[in-house]
Amino acid sequence: MITIASLKVGQHALIKEISIDIIPLKLLEMGCLPGNEVFLLQTAPFKDPLFININGCTMAIRKEMAKLIEVELIP
Amino acid sequence: MAREINVALIGNPNTGKTSVFNQLTGLKQKVGNYPGITVEKKQGYCLLPRGLKANILDLPGTYSLNACSMDENVVIELLLNKNDKDFPDVVIVVADVENLKRNLLLFTQIKDLGIPTILAINMADQMARKAISVDIKKLEEKLQTKIVLISSRKNTGFEQLKELITNYSLLSTTPCLNASDIDPEYFNRLRKAFPNQDLYKLWLVITQDVNFGKLNRQPLLFPSDFKTESTSNLKRLQQKETILRYLFINEILKKTILIDKVNAKDLQSKLDKILIHKYWGYIIFFSILMLIFQAIFDWSRYPMDFIDVQFAALGEWIKVTLPEGVFTNLLAEGVIPGLAGVIIFIPQIAFLFLFISILEETGYMSRVVFLMDKIMRRFGLSGKSVVPLVSGTACAIPAIMAARNIESWKERLITILVTPLTTCSARLPVYLIIISLVIPDHRILGVFSLQGLTLMLLYLLGFSAAIFSAYLLDKILLIKKTGFFVIEMPHYKLPLPKNILYNVIEKTKLFVLGAGKIILAISIVLWVMASFGPGKFNEATTIVREKTSSQNLSEEAIDAEIASFKLENSYIGIMGKTIEPIVRPLGFDWKIGIALLSSFAAREVFVGTLATIYSVGSKEEETIKNRMAAEINPVLGTPLFNFASGISLLLFYAFAMQCMSTLAIVKQETNSWKWPIWQFFSLTSIAYIASLIAYQLLK
Repeated sequence: MITIASLKVGQHALIKEISIDIIPLKLLEMGCLPGNEVFLLQTAPFKDPLFININGCTMAIRKEMAKLIEVELIP
Repeated sequence: MAREINVALIGNPNTGKTSVFNQLTGLKQKVGNYPGITVEKKQGYCLLPRGLKANILDLPGTYSLNACSMDENVVIELLLNKNDKDFPDVVIVVADVENLKRNLLLFTQIKDLGIPTILAINMADQMARKAISVDIKKLEEKLQTKIVLISSRKNTGFEQLKELITNYSLLSTTPCLNASDIDPEYFNRLRKAFPNQDLYKLWLVITQDVNFGKLNRQPLLFPSDFKTESTSNLKRLQQKETILRYLFINEILKKTILIDKVNAKDLQSKLDKILIHKYWGYIIFFSILMLIFQAIFDWSRYPMDFIDVQFAALGEWIKVTLPEGVFTNLLAEGVIPGLAGVIIFIPQIAFLFLFISILEETGYMSRVVFLMDKIMRRFGLSGKSVVPLVSGTACAIPAIMAARNIESWKERLITILVTPLTTCSARLPVYLIIISLVIPDHRILGVFSLQGLTLMLLYLLGFSAAIFSAYLLDKILLIKKTGFFVIEMPHYKLPLPKNILYNVIEKTKLFVLGAGKIILAISIVLWVMASFGPGKFNEATTIVREKTSSQNLSEEAIDAEIASFKLENSYIGIMGKTIEPIVRPLGFDWKIGIALLSSFAAREVFVGTLATIYSVGSKEEETIKNRMAAEINPVLGTPLFNFASGISLLLFYAFAMQCMSTLAIVKQETNSWKWPIWQFFSLTSIAYIASLIAYQLLK
């Protein structure tokens, strides 16, 4: 499964189905919704947390959360 | 009488809502708390055309009307309660032009409550540079409201905004989204159960309990035949609502906003490449910290010395000018030194808040959170604990409140428990005066002052103690980690001097008024206790004269003997002597013991207390520092404040939990007495043991 955690810096992807019971509402409100574009801007030292752009907004999430968000790479 | 209307400012965090508030109200604002909770309440007013007066309320930043924290809940409580005296006649949603999509989510929710809502798009000055263009007319049409482009940096658009507020009654209150689209069947049942209520409002009331836990208010009375939905189903519906709203917003923005991505590349990512670089990021962060501490010690010394000297002169002047008597003594020996003990902190506190607000305003603070998260997690903390730990250098009270945005309860609790170990500004005057007494005024390599370095070591000690205790607590506390971590990484901004200035003034004012009252009251109580006493106190003159009659002393020496005899036999002297056996192993005399005791009300009382105790009975008005330097240890005959006792005192202050207000805030934030009590005893015992070891080794 490809998730946000497996993105390389600069790689763009589209968010696929997200499991509603695990992903918190707050993240959805910040734009983490199926079909929206996500890309990895930078990783923190030690590769965690991840600095991402979702739907035009910049935010940081931990790797453990990123692993739960399935994406589809944009070629 | 001008007609008054209520205006509420609402918006996502980092949209510059507070600068809009400052721009509208100027200094006509006051900051308080919402009743019963410690969420800051900012109110002000502004005059509008046609003799209208707008009472403006700056509500806490929130991403939606689905509250997860006390701060966010304030927004919803107000919007759901038409009877609240602050209920807005009109809401201004402040949005940031670069995050319009996300900002509109909140906008549509508020609009759907049927409240007239103006959309103020802030940072409009950035549009050209970021190659963003918005079709305002069309957007107004789609959202059925009035939109104004503003820039608090360039001060544009505010006249138009005021004009819109004045004409608020013309705004449409048609909802953006039909609430029952979320789940027609469920909303139909709701409508039948509560025929007279606004459906969307009802829905928010129901979900508020889901998001935020049970609230203390009248529960909704569902008819007995109403089938309530399970929590997980309600959550699902909330998510569906969010998705529907985004569909609506995306559809609209597709037709009204244009972002030229080719031109959008800018400085931001270049800055981030350096500021959160795996080496440079840390080097820059620690250099900034070092700059702050070195600067505070060096820069604030001058105004502080000045204040100290001025108050000494004032006390002297009062003694000379006013007729002799109890009142003059109270003023010169109780009130003035007490006041001096408050005023003298102003330079440092102002500097600290200045630096902290600059770090926050520029957007750098969230980079620090990002940089530190992984490291902090090893110690059971969150990257977000950096904010409380750094602002703890100003005051533990706002710092502990800043821990609210930490999602995991365990990480948050640990942060709350260890934050009081960071060196707060109330410790600073104690440190400064002790350091200047016991550490030589040398410079290493001609640059770093030895005293400044000592101060920095104390800050580092505070931080390391906090981190180390967090690590232990993480192992000891059996609480499961819950919650998730997300932080917005706002774009870098040049801070607005006006915002920084207001913030510094406001925070300093709160400190001076809050702590000032306690300090002043304690100084007066201390003066009374030091100036009166039972039995022997009143016959001091006779007793001392008898005792010294054979020694052939000068009149002056006899007066000094009488004064010190009086002090020892005053109420405070008796109290101090009683506790002296406890503090003697730490290298303190009974006077310091009293100062330690009174410090439990607030640490900054220490200097004032010593000033009051030493000035009672002394003839000359001296600066506080000179008086302390002149104190002699009665047993050893050496200066009382020497290296060993000084270090011991510094350590005691570094660790002891000596602030009642902090304990009160911990009780409130953890909702139990267990944690503050536990914190008080463990920290104070650590302090005693550390001082004991230090003094016994160094003496």
